[in-house]
Amino acid sequence: MPADPVKRDAHPSQPPGAPVGRTVAAAPTAAAPPKIECRSLTKVFGARPERVVEFLAAGGTKEEAQARFGNAVGVYDVDLSVRAGETFVLMGLSGSGKSTLLRLLNLLHDPTAGEVLVDGVDLTSLARAELLRVRRTKFSGMVFQQFAILPHRSVLDNVRFGLEVQKLPLAEQRRRALEAIELVGLAGWEGSLPAQLSGGMQQRVGLARSLAMDADVLLMDEAFSALDPLIRREMQDELVELQARVNKTIVFVTHDLDEALKLGDRIAIMRSGRVVQLGGAEEIITAPADDYVEAFVAGVDRTGVLTARSIMQPVKATAHVGDGPHTALTKMRRFGLSGLLVIDRERRVQGYASSEAVIAQLGRAGSAPSAEAPEGAVPDRLPLAPALTVGLDTSLAELIAAAAGSSEPIAVVDEGRRLRGVVVKGAILAALASEPPPSAGSGKGAAGAA
Amino acid sequence: MLLDYRIPIASWVEKLVRSIQSAWAAGFDGFADIVRFVINGLLGGLQAVPPLVLLVVLAALVTWKAGWKLGLFTAVGLFLIHNIQLWTPFLQTLSLVVTAQVLIVVVGVPLGILAASSDAAERIMRPILDFMQTMPAFVYLIPAVMFFGIGLVPGVVATFIFSLPPLVRLVNLGIRQVPVDLVEAADAFGATRLQKLVKVQVPQALPTMMAGLNQSIMLNLSMVVIAGMIGARGLGAEVLRGIQRIQVGQGFEAGLAVVILAIVLDRLTAAFAMRRRDGSRAREDG
Ligand SMILES: Nc1ncnc2c1ncn2[C@@H]1O[C@H](COP(=O)(O)OP(=O)(O)O)[C@@H](O)[C@H]1O
Ligand SMILES: [Mg+2]
Repeated sequence: MPADPVKRDAHPSQPPGAPVGRTVAAAPTAAAPPKIECRSLTKVFGARPERVVEFLAAGGTKEEAQARFGNAVGVYDVDLSVRAGETFVLMGLSGSGKSTLLRLLNLLHDPTAGEVLVDGVDLTSLARAELLRVRRTKFSGMVFQQFAILPHRSVLDNVRFGLEVQKLPLAEQRRRALEAIELVGLAGWEGSLPAQLSGGMQQRVGLARSLAMDADVLLMDEAFSALDPLIRREMQDELVELQARVNKTIVFVTHDLDEALKLGDRIAIMRSGRVVQLGGAEEIITAPADDYVEAFVAGVDRTGVLTARSIMQPVKATAHVGDGPHTALTKMRRFGLSGLLVIDRERRVQGYASSEAVIAQLGRAGSAPSAEAPEGAVPDRLPLAPALTVGLDTSLAELIAAAAGSSEPIAVVDEGRRLRGVVVKGAILAALASEPPPSAGSGKGAAGAA
Repeated sequence: MLLDYRIPIASWVEKLVRSIQSAWAAGFDGFADIVRFVINGLLGGLQAVPPLVLLVVLAALVTWKAGWKLGLFTAVGLFLIHNIQLWTPFLQTLSLVVTAQVLIVVVGVPLGILAASSDAAERIMRPILDFMQTMPAFVYLIPAVMFFGIGLVPGVVATFIFSLPPLVRLVNLGIRQVPVDLVEAADAFGATRLQKLVKVQVPQALPTMMAGLNQSIMLNLSMVVIAGMIGARGLGAEVLRGIQRIQVGQGFEAGLAVVILAIVLDRLTAAFAMRRRDGSRAREDG
């Protein structure tokens, strides 16, 4: 059996192995205590699941188990931990067990084997009354693909559902529900019935119903999958924004890689009820754990379609080879950059000067390393490191490889090595997560173009 | 005869019935007393009201719930029934129908909910319900008469058994048809079983449940006529008398009164189902 790449992340005491690392978001660190932990979690549907578990433990596959016993295997032997405050994405093809795993987290499905710990408490050991209390206090309910809001209730009455279940005073229910409605941008629609709302608005009701709960963990099952692409992207953006404000622990199920890359701090890829890879966005793209993940990534990947030309940004500032260190530092400070590409008179890229290198050089020059030092006391040449340069037609895949492990901007140059733009790491991730250009087609259609 | 010995089924059954009767005597008597009390109370109340007042009140009620057309029909129908001197049998039948229906709802709705919440319960109930529905209506008169003799009470019992299945079935169906994610949502937000039932399942299942109510009322009415055979006074007994004495005209008149009652009850429950849905909306909006 191949080494399970998940295992190393399952126990936060062990350091995660050589992550490519996300430089963008300040994701919660592995040191934070896990919010949710799954240990050898298994769910087999149907009668007499124990014999199916035995069969699987002896090396049988999910498909064989289905054929032999007639039991569907939802999830098998999953270990993972979700950190407080992160957005954790479960991704995989239809039937891979994402929804089942999500429903195991709040015990909507009873595990066949294994444990689910929330804040260190094993939910499988709780009596029903205690479990209900955990669902009311630790979880913000769930957001469903088909919204699952009650058609006979107004928006307000839907949103206060979770509070009504807790038998809170009506005034508090209303107050908190109205806050949540405001938060999702539905103010003014409180009295409307779901049938009067568009799909996107109905899902806002679903989201508000969860936000009104004001509990830590938000479970979302394909929450945006039923929406039009435009609305879907809008909702994704809003979720990212919202998450920055409310800082929940989100477990988000999707079959859409773009969505996973856009939302996820970490992504777990599921196949046949197992987690086959767990890691950050770049790790999944650049180092797929097996053929399945690779096919999955390739299937929705546009890294071969987008080029440096399409995602590069205009250069805000450059240094000229003749510039002194003080001039360069001033430019960096003015534009908020951590380094400058250095070009000659024909805009040909000569190298890269990082702020550290420039400051270090000023220090070595002996005199006070302050900007007020007389011009003549310091060397007038910038410390040049080789710049990362790529051509205009470099594919996104190559850009990812080039960007891996470095935080420098990548210089995009034309045939004459003249500087045309820069690509920063954030732009690569944004490109991965955004819609493809019209010519590239969408989703799986882009696979062949890679 | 193939065998000299005659298998004494009749005497077995009599013994069984008698032993059940003596073992549960208090229960049977108590039940019979309650049913009789309710029917007679209802009938007494209805009879105390002057026919014209009752006519106007019922027509107004129907108009309010189901529109003026059915209201007008009700007024004309009731006038006709009074005019052909079937007013008292009509009230007797109405009391019987209402009492039996209350019993059907009180028992049928919880049974339907039980069947919906447990596959095992459904597996047990389904063949019994099938059996109950495939038996000819007359068959129910036999046990009813065995245990309760002749009169109103066995009429109610036979009607109850005959008309119960569709309500149980459709309550079960309605609740099972509630979209699974709505039920999951209720669970995910920490609802108890009762909260889930009251806040999600029943409101969602209401139209189907109302269809079950409507069907059971219709069966109820048809059985009430048959119950005339075992001494339940009312329109059924009038129809029967018409048949027995070969007075076609009188039998037809009584049948017409039954039809009028059936149409009004059918339309009224259909309209009431709609009302209930609108009403629940309006209430929760406020
Ligand atoms: N309630 C259920 N009863 C029986 N089998 C189920 C049930 N829910 C899911 N399954 C099976 O479990 C497997 C995983 O399903 P699911 O978790 O819904 O996948 P996904 O959400 O990734 O599409 C599938 O084979 C599915 O048929
Ligand atoms: Mg799913």
